[in-house]
Amino acid sequence: MASPTGPKVSGRPGRAGRLRSSRGLGPQALGARRLPTALWAVPPVLALSLVFLYPLFLVVKQSLTPDGSDGVSFAPYQDVFASAAFRDALWTTVWLAVGATVGCLVLGFVLALVIAFVPFPGGKAVARFIDVFLSFPSFLITLALLFIYGTVGMANGLWTDVTGAHSGPFQFLTTPWGVLLAEITYFTPFVMRPLLAAFSQLDTAQLEVASSLGARPGRIVRRVVLPEALPALAAGGSLVLVMCLNEFGIVLFTGAKGVTTLPMLVYSKAILESDYPAACVVAVVNIAISVGLYGLYRVVSRRVGA
Amino acid sequence: MLVHSRGGRWATWIVFFVLFLPLFALPLLVVVAASFATNWSGAFPSGFTTGHYDAATTGDSLQALTTSLATALTASVLALTVGAWAALAAASLKERGKQAMDALFVLPVAVPSVVVGLAILVAFSKPPFLLNGTRWIVILAHTVLVTAFAYQSVSAAILRLDPMYEQAAASLGARPSYVLWRVRLPLLLPSLNAAAGLCFALSMGELSATMMLYPPDWTPLPVQIFAATDRGSLFTGAAVAVVLMGTTLLVLLAVSRIRTKASYR
Repeated sequence: MASPTGPKVSGRPGRAGRLRSSRGLGPQALGARRLPTALWAVPPVLALSLVFLYPLFLVVKQSLTPDGSDGVSFAPYQDVFASAAFRDALWTTVWLAVGATVGCLVLGFVLALVIAFVPFPGGKAVARFIDVFLSFPSFLITLALLFIYGTVGMANGLWTDVTGAHSGPFQFLTTPWGVLLAEITYFTPFVMRPLLAAFSQLDTAQLEVASSLGARPGRIVRRVVLPEALPALAAGGSLVLVMCLNEFGIVLFTGAKGVTTLPMLVYSKAILESDYPAACVVAVVNIAISVGLYGLYRVVSRRVGA
Repeated sequence: MLVHSRGGRWATWIVFFVLFLPLFALPLLVVVAASFATNWSGAFPSGFTTGHYDAATTGDSLQALTTSLATALTASVLALTVGAWAALAAASLKERGKQAMDALFVLPVAVPSVVVGLAILVAFSKPPFLLNGTRWIVILAHTVLVTAFAYQSVSAAILRLDPMYEQAAASLGARPSYVLWRVRLPLLLPSLNAAAGLCFALSMGELSATMMLYPPDWTPLPVQIFAATDRGSLFTGAAVAVVLMGTTLLVLLAVSRIRTKASYR
């Protein structure tokens, strides 16, 4: 597959057009009169180049040329890489994303397994609810967690009511653990959807046969279901990994000074400190990680056919 | 059926709901409950009020709602046009060209939204494209972000399209433009609808790029929710969030009704 980092902006209309006409969909006389088909791809590609690729190019350019000078300088990179804030943010971003992905995979697998193979009345409604869940923005989860685990929220209120203590034990919301909980909650449905689709194609006769031969549920899951689910798990997991690396709303809403991820650092450098070269450097690093992983995701999902 | 014993099944279901309800159902319920409460310092909210909705549907918040609706509508229409056009054009290319188009048009999904916001801010803050400070920079960013989803769902639908129809039309002498308008687009209508709903929902909830770009006179709902919670008005924030969820759901419901009508055509 073509790597996402190197898309062809300028197609070669003439050549592709000739090749296309050999497909022989219509009479050749008609094909000769109309424009080469590849020309139709030019307007949307031009539009996207102007509003997306060109701005990205400017970000890379600004990260290399601080204060608008002509010479290329790696000074902003050196400054940013040397700063503890950046290294902290990089580490936090990576471990949060990896942790959330693992959590989503485990939780999503278990939940999808129950919906698909231990069906209960209302299972369809649960699947529908998950679709709805996906259409809401991520920061709503953090907002809800503020009411549930916040300093004066539900859980701590319950604790102080029951024990009479002055303050509750749940103080993790403004730590990375709060972000991790919110990310697992929000992104698990993204794993469940491809899994449920994969499970619906699994022949249940296989399960019945394995079970009638005396295999216990754990063994069936390990030996029959899991191999079938691996492509969907790989595809869903890498998608969630990329989305976690890029997540901003959840981190912003926790309002924690202690949790800084790369997108958060881009925002604070650019908007709060107006330090555009530094913001661009962090942005370039973030793009490199995310686009690299996303390319990997596309390769994996294409190879396994999910 | 994976678990055959009755007790085992019940145990599985209990584990399922012990995981599912607190993690997924509780957050949404809590936001809705909080939007009606004056105070929440115990196990349950206390003090029923609809006052937060008065605040959430008047003044700044009402303006934020219309801002979000206008932004989402414009961005969805633009994204659907560009995305569907690109997907149709890509479908007629050879393998390599199609792969290049696929890679190009899903790139905005892979790039962090905050970075998309930063890039558009950098590119459109100076002549010849001076959009910074206007509403168009927000709409532009939303369009870029949701075009990728429109492209993906339309090109997936094109793959599932039965080529017999257009071949039949073409063999009867229909011109390519006629085939496009009268055969392919009507067949694609259900998925165009679904893509429109997806784009709209995504744009309604977009926060990352918007935070980088919004001018003071064009603050969409997510920014309004953040502003409310940031200054400590959690309950007003919850009410505005319920307005956001309700509007999104209503529009999705309307879109899915159009879809069922279209699929019977």
